[in-house]
Amino acid sequence: MTAVLTRPDRGRVEEDPRPRYRLSSLDTKVSPYLFVAPFFVLFAAVGLFPLLYTAYVSLFDWELGADERTFIGLDNYSTLFTDGQFWNALFNTFSIFLLSSVPQVIVAVLLAALLAANLRGRTAWRMGVLLPYVASLVALAIIFGSLFGPQYGLVNDVLTTIGLPRIDWQANTFGSHVAIASMVNWRWTGYNALIVLAAMLAIPREVTEAAVVDGAGPVRRFFSITLPMLKPTIVFVIVTSTIGGLQIFTEPKLFEPAGGSGGGAEHQYQTVVLYLYQSAFQHFDLGYASAIAWTLFMIIIAVAGLNFWLTRRAVR
Amino acid sequence: MRRPSFVVYGVLAAFILGSAFPLYYSYLVASRGNELLTGDFTLVPGGNFLSNAARVFDTIPFWKALGNSVLVSGTVTLSVVLLSALAGFAFAKLRFRGSGVLFLFVVATLAVPTQLGIIPLYMAMAEFGWAGELEAVIVPNLVTAFGVFWMRQYLVDAIPDELVEAARMDGCSLWRTFWHVALPAARPAAAMLGVFTFMQSWNDFLWPLIVLNADNPTIQVALEKLQSGYYVDYSLVLAGTTLATIPVLLVFLVLGRQIVAGVMQGAVKG
Repeated sequence: MTAVLTRPDRGRVEEDPRPRYRLSSLDTKVSPYLFVAPFFVLFAAVGLFPLLYTAYVSLFDWELGADERTFIGLDNYSTLFTDGQFWNALFNTFSIFLLSSVPQVIVAVLLAALLAANLRGRTAWRMGVLLPYVASLVALAIIFGSLFGPQYGLVNDVLTTIGLPRIDWQANTFGSHVAIASMVNWRWTGYNALIVLAAMLAIPREVTEAAVVDGAGPVRRFFSITLPMLKPTIVFVIVTSTIGGLQIFTEPKLFEPAGGSGGGAEHQYQTVVLYLYQSAFQHFDLGYASAIAWTLFMIIIAVAGLNFWLTRRAVR
Repeated sequence: MRRPSFVVYGVLAAFILGSAFPLYYSYLVASRGNELLTGDFTLVPGGNFLSNAARVFDTIPFWKALGNSVLVSGTVTLSVVLLSALAGFAFAKLRFRGSGVLFLFVVATLAVPTQLGIIPLYMAMAEFGWAGELEAVIVPNLVTAFGVFWMRQYLVDAIPDELVEAARMDGCSLWRTFWHVALPAARPAAAMLGVFTFMQSWNDFLWPLIVLNADNPTIQVALEKLQSGYYVDYSLVLAGTTLATIPVLLVFLVLGRQIVAGVMQGAVKG
């Protein structure tokens, strides 16, 4: 922040009260607010207000398209907390999240270590790694749905070729979670590798050189120097992927062919946002769906807070 | 620094080939037909791609969807970049009462999942009569907290205070100072924000799926309609995904270097 504009201008207004300078003083006072106003007005109208209004809707028995709505207090929440399908969706969301974030972070760090080498044509390699990130999500989810097809999917063909049994990736709970997590991993590993790479390249050369002088080999240097210095970046990657991961929708939605949103016949891969979508736009129960949304919001805030607390401890 | 051994190149090449495979697979099925899935697998493409693509054009309004996506993402990008630069400039270089608190608010909302407000948003769109119209997917995305944060962080260092001061001494209004001094200086950061906003908007699925219909979709919603029939004809569906991927790949070939730089800079700044 700087302390530039106001002082010289005000000085001039006193000496020389010609209209242009009076206008200029008004400009200095008012314009900054006009510059930030579009953001705040729009954000409040289309971001914050709907989110807060969701809490209000969640207190009603509110059908989509119906004229009447009844205030029922916290009934939607008490139903929700005894709703097996909700707990199932919550379990699926966390299961898919863990299956996608843990391998992803490990592979991203290893990949970044390879990319940090003095490669020929290094921009081309970096672009190659980022390719899945730019491909469109819906297309990918459809392609993976075909690859993991139960009857004619390529993944099962490969499994039988190497003598393993076929897996029904759609019907099997764990199998469907693996398939969906593999979409997430496929899309985000390269992206996160570049973020880790940027942090790796920012490690001061003197630190590494000092370790070389002390006789540390490359493996030792990686575990004793590089990895500890990457900790804040890795935590950043985990926090951002948590917030995104808990809201996963597109991949499980498109994993079910024929446009369903139950997340499989037994809801074996229905996530929380998919359940929210089903409640609101297929069961038309807006009040209940709002209770799901608001509960998920609280969970995200709690998890993000926990992450933040852990980060502070990790950095210290 | 020593060049790495061929093993490093080999592992990276294998990773990238693996990354590209699903996209190639989509083209394979689209060019050979469903017998690729039921019969023996091969990596050699066939000659049916154009006929499958023609079936895509018959089944969904592909060109309209593509045009809608370009229009929506273009408008959203232009708005996010301009309004973020404007607010970012004010936060970075202007002094006004409450600016600290207001900026803290921007930072605090960075992680707020506004996507969870879709139910009231849907009610509002129905009220305005925007359901099914492109306004419904444009208006809710005209600003992002991330954009303001990103532009502010960039402009703090990118514009010397003396430059703003000099423009003011010459009688420039703040608006003209923004337009002639701040915006040109913001160009590199604005370009990156633009690319990322465009990609995010292009890939947006949940909200467009709710509020748009099959007659006036974005490309993502159109692809979903292609797949949501009771029987999924993969040579048709994957022809659609291939067609939708081609423009994205072209953009990536042209802007890939900038996108890589953007991801890596975002990491250091964020």
